[in-house]
Amino acid sequence: MQEKDKKDWQPKILAILCNWCSYAGADLAGVSRIQYPPNIRVLRVPCSGRVDPMFIMKSLQNGFDGVLVSGCHPGDCHYLSGNYNARRKFAVLKPLLEYIGIETERVQFSWVSAGEGERFAEVVTKVTNDIRKVGPAKRLVKGVVSW
Amino acid sequence: MSKMLTTDHGADKSVVDLLRFLLDTEKVSGVLTLRKTNTSGSLDYGLLTRSQELDRAVPLMPVMPANAAQSLSLITPTQKPIAVVVKPCELRGFVERIKREQGSLDNVLTLSPTCGGVIPLDTYIKKSKDNLTKDYYKQVKAGEIPESIRPTCKACEYFVPMTADITVSVVGEQNLDSKCRFILNSDKAVSMTEGFGSVENGDLDAKILDDHLKKREKEKKALFESIKFKQDGLDGMIDVFGKCIGCHGCSRVCPICYCLLCDFESRNFDQNVSLFEKELEQKGALRLPPDTLFFHLGRMSHMSFSCVGCGQCTDVCPADIPVASVFKKIGENTAALFDYVPGKDVNEDIPVLVFKEEEFKELGE
Ligand code: SF4
Ligand code: SF4
Ligand code: FES
Repeated sequence: MQEKDKKDWQPKILAILCNWCSYAGADLAGVSRIQYPPNIRVLRVPCSGRVDPMFIMKSLQNGFDGVLVSGCHPGDCHYLSGNYNARRKFAVLKPLLEYIGIETERVQFSWVSAGEGERFAEVVTKVTNDIRKVGPAKRLVKGVVSW
Repeated sequence: MSKMLTTDHGADKSVVDLLRFLLDTEKVSGVLTLRKTNTSGSLDYGLLTRSQELDRAVPLMPVMPANAAQSLSLITPTQKPIAVVVKPCELRGFVERIKREQGSLDNVLTLSPTCGGVIPLDTYIKKSKDNLTKDYYKQVKAGEIPESIRPTCKACEYFVPMTADITVSVVGEQNLDSKCRFILNSDKAVSMTEGFGSVENGDLDAKILDDHLKKREKEKKALFESIKFKQDGLDGMIDVFGKCIGCHGCSRVCPICYCLLCDFESRNFDQNVSLFEKELEQKGALRLPPDTLFFHLGRMSHMSFSCVGCGQCTDVCPADIPVASVFKKIGENTAALFDYVPGKDVNEDIPVLVFKEEEFKELGE
């Protein structure tokens, strides 16, 4: 990457959001006109428990610089425990990712409820800044996502 | 103290005798055992219902033509009681499958040896069997690790069956050719063997097994060190899996991989041509078929915590990749996250189906 590109480089982040909470949280952030970095693209899932580790791997392979998975707060999952199970699957994936040289900042996990528009914006801001610091993804990458 | 049944014949014959007894007394209606394949000089598993079929049975033969866990899924749940003789890791594999609703232990009497390890199928088929097994048993009787067995067997610390109804004592048994000790671990085992021989209190020889365990642990350390993986991250993985031809044989024979349509064989996994074009734009070269390494990463994230280290995958790999050694190592790490030992307890759920509220907080909030 050229020096000048580096300065203008904007991370591309896939936000995999649970329909019942974080997705609504994102919506609330939108209607409340809360500003957050325009670096995410949203994939809506019925529950964070739907997220297969391969979704994350594939996103990285397809050229996303980072992935945010966000579900309902503990105890609030519509399917009772999808978010806890998601966390366990994530726990299996995490060391594998580290192992193959994918920085921890690149793949993050959080809980955001439907009422937390503000929090959603904070999470996205943090994740975007973290990923900005580690730079463009190189491991696994096959392509570059086009927005 | 457990119950123990001792016979005055060698282990091989004693196990066949016991199976015959179970069939003849109609305590079971079938037995699953290794047996000599008619002409090919190889072995297979057979589900046998007539006692004369037992003439070809070699239940303790240290070979694994297939991981029996897969076959057990095909024949259970069963209404009619059966007895099965399988290796400890096959039993653990079956336990893992049951947790995935792929079979049942109801009406199944499980027999399993303290296992000296298995000889790779390739070696068994190509070499003179007499010498092979003679050397093998010489070392097993002495409580040593046989030269000829699979690398993951040498490194296996779970050679004492975890959940068998009946344990056949093999490792470190000096008198293996003239005596056999069956440890009866369950009430079912006691009632089913009633009438076969005299039962007294007794157990496996802890000291011998412990000494043997130390040897296996040492081998395990050496094996894990020999896998370059950890130090080199992705590059190390490419080193190891770069030869992979993508046949997916390793997952076909794996007792854990039960999915009828594996995601990695589905159209789901196909890449869009435009992605190839992008990769070519960036790198100027594209490996075909693509995603061989990805397949292994995917398997690791899906099932590594349940890997029983049976070694079947290495056995079948045409590219000579030590798949099982890598999966055993990665699997131990992922299982350790949840204090999980695959195949130990059929009533325990697989780790990704359960959770504790207060855990992995560091992963996100
Ligand atoms: S058996 Fe060997 S060549 Fe075939 S997919 Fe597995 S690792 Fe690759
Ligand atoms: S991954 Fe290999 S060693 Fe592990 S259970 Fe499957 S076939 Fe056996
Ligand atoms: S419904 Fe939101 S995480 Fe399960």
